[in-house]
Amino acid sequence: MTAAIAVGVLTAGGFFLLLRPGLVRVTFGFVLLGHAANVLLLAAGGPERREPPLIGDGDPAGMADPLPQAFVLTAIVITFGITVYLLGLARAEHLAGSGSRSGTGPEGPAESAEPPR
Amino acid sequence: MSGLVLALPVAVPLLAAGVLVACPGGRRAQRLITSAVSAGILVLSAVLLAGSLDGTVRGLSMGGWPPGFAIVFAADALSTLMLCVSAALVLASLAFAAGTGDDASPWFAPLAMILSAGVYGAFLTADLFNLFVFVEVMLVPSYALLTMSGGRARTAAGRIYLTFSLLASTLLLAGVGLVYGVTGTVNLGELAGAARQSTAAALAVGVVLLALAAKAAVVPLHGWLPRTYPEAPPAVTVLFSGLLTKVGVYGLLRVYAVVHEGTGLRWPVMAAALLTMVVGVLGAVGERGMRSILTFHMVSQIGYILLGLALFTRAGLTAAVFFLVQYVLVKAALLMCAGAVETAYGTDRTDSLARREPLIAAAFLVSALSLAGLPPLSGFVAKLGLVDAAATESDHLAVGVAVGVSFLTLVSMVKIWAGSFWGGEDPSREESLLRLMARATVRPALAVPALVLTVPSVVLGIAAQPLLTAAAEAAGGLLDASAYVRAVTR
Repeated sequence: MTAAIAVGVLTAGGFFLLLRPGLVRVTFGFVLLGHAANVLLLAAGGPERREPPLIGDGDPAGMADPLPQAFVLTAIVITFGITVYLLGLARAEHLAGSGSRSGTGPEGPAESAEPPR
Repeated sequence: MSGLVLALPVAVPLLAAGVLVACPGGRRAQRLITSAVSAGILVLSAVLLAGSLDGTVRGLSMGGWPPGFAIVFAADALSTLMLCVSAALVLASLAFAAGTGDDASPWFAPLAMILSAGVYGAFLTADLFNLFVFVEVMLVPSYALLTMSGGRARTAAGRIYLTFSLLASTLLLAGVGLVYGVTGTVNLGELAGAARQSTAAALAVGVVLLALAAKAAVVPLHGWLPRTYPEAPPAVTVLFSGLLTKVGVYGLLRVYAVVHEGTGLRWPVMAAALLTMVVGVLGAVGERGMRSILTFHMVSQIGYILLGLALFTRAGLTAAVFFLVQYVLVKAALLMCAGAVETAYGTDRTDSLARREPLIAAAFLVSALSLAGLPPLSGFVAKLGLVDAAATESDHLAVGVAVGVSFLTLVSMVKIWAGSFWGGEDPSREESLLRLMARATVRPALAVPALVLTVPSVVLGIAAQPLLTAAAEAAGGLLDASAYVRAVTR
């Protein structure tokens, strides 16, 4: 139940940020969504079994399922790489002069640098 | 030949990308390495395809782990067919990129290699989580390729593309998590038929299918594609068009066939197929640039493939696989024509090109007629097969929509032809014409890849039987997945 609520709150927050103008906010939205997916993956392994999954080190019935943990590890690495790329893109947009104004942000619609086609 | 060869299409391009980054060398060396690698994979996949035509499925469990823990690869007729056509497309795009100069950046070659490794991996893997990983391996370089050359329009397109792809990827990951939570496995073989046995599993797999549909640009999840592809550098559009959405389509075919065994979602898939056809083709009516029209047609053509999947009969799936293979080549040829014109003239909204550029005009005409489905070209065989399969199932609505959309496709192609290739010079566009006159014409290096890619659409139209046989074998593997399941759970 805790995991379900955590996934719900993270997803709601993530989507809220995704719908905001500005690529940096979108980036944080994806960080939250990534966490939501990771919590979901961990919950998929059965949250009640928490012993370290090491052979000869405790009761096999209480051992955590290592496969979702491996999934999450992979997913975290991917999310991290994407976050860095998103921040790079936000910087490129900023340098190109559009910043957060490519939508209809508080500063109003961006002026078009190119003639309309 | 041991199963280990299945790892080569993923390992070799990744190694090549590493080598290209570590020792940059000249552009000539880069072109040599990338084309040698892609040609090698083309040959390998052709050999694998020949070996899988009798119904054998080659499986590989990496590292000797038991299936369920190992990274499992499997190559049946569908996988190897897709591998074959993708490798051919990568080779053609690399040649085209050399012509347009899009490979001027030292990063182009390694990124293209990583992208192709992800695509080959996605076609070979038999595990939902690895499918997610390979989709990411394919998408991360695509973000960089799209925005690499900078510019405002491209950065804005990159933003839409990135946001939407990431959202779909997150959905895919969540879907994989749900599948694991419900069934305790992500191995496709162990999931065979799971959706028919439990509603919870069907819902979890439904999330995966939804994410794959977003990757394949199925209506109503198609909005990102026509907004972003026309902004990419020409050679990158060709590379994307033949690879990215096709991985989504392949995933849909494979997961729906294995996990749902083709039942349970017939009406949603059929509705999505028909909507995708109609919305895509109508969207193209409102566009004016050559590449924007062509990218909207990509959406519409995805609908045809889904139609075969919705029917899920031997004839329907055979036609869908045939359609998929020939369409990758035809669309690449069309986008190469548009890209070549754009590279040479600085715009893709030109006029009276037929006289100036007979080679490009010929390539465009043949490919456009094939896309619209006129005999004796390959698009005709594919569409005839689909319409015939729908008629056999007495699905008259699907027959009507498929034929109607073909007509509208033809109208769109005629619009491009009449606007950009045919006729005299438009006096109202004097200024742009003066600019055209001053520029050089399309160089042969730009025209040759497009011309070469029109050959298959003629050959596959006249002598369709070999590909039809292979497509029928692939369709058989989808209809009865037991050989595939045995290969990936053994």
